[in-house]
Amino acid sequence: MATKHTDPAHELRPVTQEQHIPERFIPTPTIEPGHNFATVTDHISSIVLRKRTPLGWFFGFLLALGGVGILTVSMTMLIGKGVGIWGINHPVGWGMDIINFVWWIGIGHAGTLISAILLLLRQEWRTSINRFAEAMTLFAVASAGLYPALHTGRPWFDYWLFPYPNTMGLWPQFRSPLMWDVFAVSTYATVSALFWYVGLIPDLATLRDRATNLWVKRAYGAFALGWRGSARHWHRYEHAYLLLAGLSTPLVLSVHTIVSFDFAVAQLPGWHATFFPPYFVAGAVFAGFAMVLTLSIPARKFFRLEDFITMRHLENMGKVLLATGLIVAYAYAMEWFYGLYSGNPFEIYMLKNRATGPYRGMYVALWVCNGFAPQLMWFKRCRTSPFWLFVTAMFVNVGMWLERFVIIPASLHRDFLPSSWGMYHGTFWDWSFFIGSIGLFFALLFLFLRFLPMISIFEMRTMVPEAQVQHEGEGGH
Amino acid sequence: MAIGRIRQGLYGVIAEFSDPQTLLDAANKTREAGYTSTDAFSPFPIHGLAEAIGFHKSRLSIIVLTMGILGGIGGFVMCWYANVIAYPLNIGGKPWNSWPAWIPITFECTILLAAFGAVFGMLALNGLPMPYHPVFNVRRFDQASRDKFFLVIHARDPKFNLDDARSFLQSLGPREVTDVPW
Repeated sequence: MATKHTDPAHELRPVTQEQHIPERFIPTPTIEPGHNFATVTDHISSIVLRKRTPLGWFFGFLLALGGVGILTVSMTMLIGKGVGIWGINHPVGWGMDIINFVWWIGIGHAGTLISAILLLLRQEWRTSINRFAEAMTLFAVASAGLYPALHTGRPWFDYWLFPYPNTMGLWPQFRSPLMWDVFAVSTYATVSALFWYVGLIPDLATLRDRATNLWVKRAYGAFALGWRGSARHWHRYEHAYLLLAGLSTPLVLSVHTIVSFDFAVAQLPGWHATFFPPYFVAGAVFAGFAMVLTLSIPARKFFRLEDFITMRHLENMGKVLLATGLIVAYAYAMEWFYGLYSGNPFEIYMLKNRATGPYRGMYVALWVCNGFAPQLMWFKRCRTSPFWLFVTAMFVNVGMWLERFVIIPASLHRDFLPSSWGMYHGTFWDWSFFIGSIGLFFALLFLFLRFLPMISIFEMRTMVPEAQVQHEGEGGH
Repeated sequence: MAIGRIRQGLYGVIAEFSDPQTLLDAANKTREAGYTSTDAFSPFPIHGLAEAIGFHKSRLSIIVLTMGILGGIGGFVMCWYANVIAYPLNIGGKPWNSWPAWIPITFECTILLAAFGAVFGMLALNGLPMPYHPVFNVRRFDQASRDKFFLVIHARDPKFNLDDARSFLQSLGPREVTDVPW
């Protein structure tokens, strides 16, 4: 090797400048010094390949599995008795099922944002968290997909949503935002799964080569597709990965845009607003980063990954939380402006009802969680403290659920005529579904943490200083 | 590698290196020495390595573009056929061919097929899945997915001569040079 560096490459800068850069402007590293290709590989793959599963994992997994049990019982009840077991009724036809759907799908968006948009923006710090966040996307979309599928009432006919020549001579009505949603969410789930799997292939090959048990080796080998790290393969691989990132970026924006169309295209005050798409997309990123923080703070502690998921990652996520939180708060304020400026009595009534009506507690809590709590992120002390980041993230998780509650039932429950006013309360089965879907999410996440590398090993190798190469004719860095 | 045909003899000669810089330099020297059928293996993508072994153009972009266009046209035609020809419904007095309402689905279909093109096109061009490959016969090749770097000169290279290839690779500063059987 031409030059041997001992310090991380991103800290390299001309010596003359070194004295003038105040320490606070020098970023903390994305990988702690002292790692090489072998230590990175061994550390991350050993989490997966160790023979003894830690007791804490079993505890967490069983707890999550309990949630899956609740979900199974709830689904059985729903299919047996129909959607009447939920609290939905006239005038509130969309309740917690749709709230939870939007909540989960929004959470999923951070994964794609981290893996695709930050890749295109060359934010190299994304490397430690992208795999984890992509897995979170997949499992969140899986949880989200349950709700609309079951909300159709007769889920065994859900395949009618897809266009295919049939003996009934029926075709879907493609002018409906609900059909757009079917295509958006199923495309999103498919592309996210492909993106995630493509990212996993080289790491599966690493696990195949590291595994000592023959069957474990064969299992990883089958999914690694015979990957051997050829330069030609890497070339096409990186090309494909970049193209996928480029395709996923507009996709992720379109998905939540279309989810917001489910509301914005309707005539209902509180839903019928042109600024819903950007408002929803910002909210999705906000919710998603909060969930990444919620999951990665305990995970990095439990699996001793502080060297790879450093304070820099947490701080950057805190900054994203602040920025998107401000956009969301701006949207809440603009809702008032649009409503009042419209002069429409129904719009004005909707706003008044939101702030002073029966669901006012939710609205106040929404402002506290999404408007005020993220303001903590202005302070570096909070941004660099896992505890305060976790607290803020939990506020946002709750706040984003409340936001959808305020948008959906709180807009529906006061219809245009007082004779068709009503109230919505989640029933036991509404809540059991919600808890069940959280259980499903965590059960899948625990399986992922046990059987697949939660940090992209091959991308972490490129973060190691020795990975820097000099090309012919180049005069050093 | 036709199925049912047993290949015998030598696949090539492989050299193992300990760091990416040596591999890249070695790959460049091998190309400059006139070898045209070579391959390099590394645990992570190294920029310039594909070019160093004489690989330049990937046909992936055109595959993705074609698939994207097909997806876009297909998505739109699907909506149009269903709502204009097969099952026309009057929705709010909109014209039959109310195309703006079909843009979201057209867009999603474009992305979906382009993504299929990117993933399956990449795998197909790379010839994956390929469970068996001669380089897996090399004893230390499992280190290629950890921290070691390999360069192989194929026996089918017109300039290939076993002794020359061995001594040439030996001159590039490898950790070890071994023969790769089929």
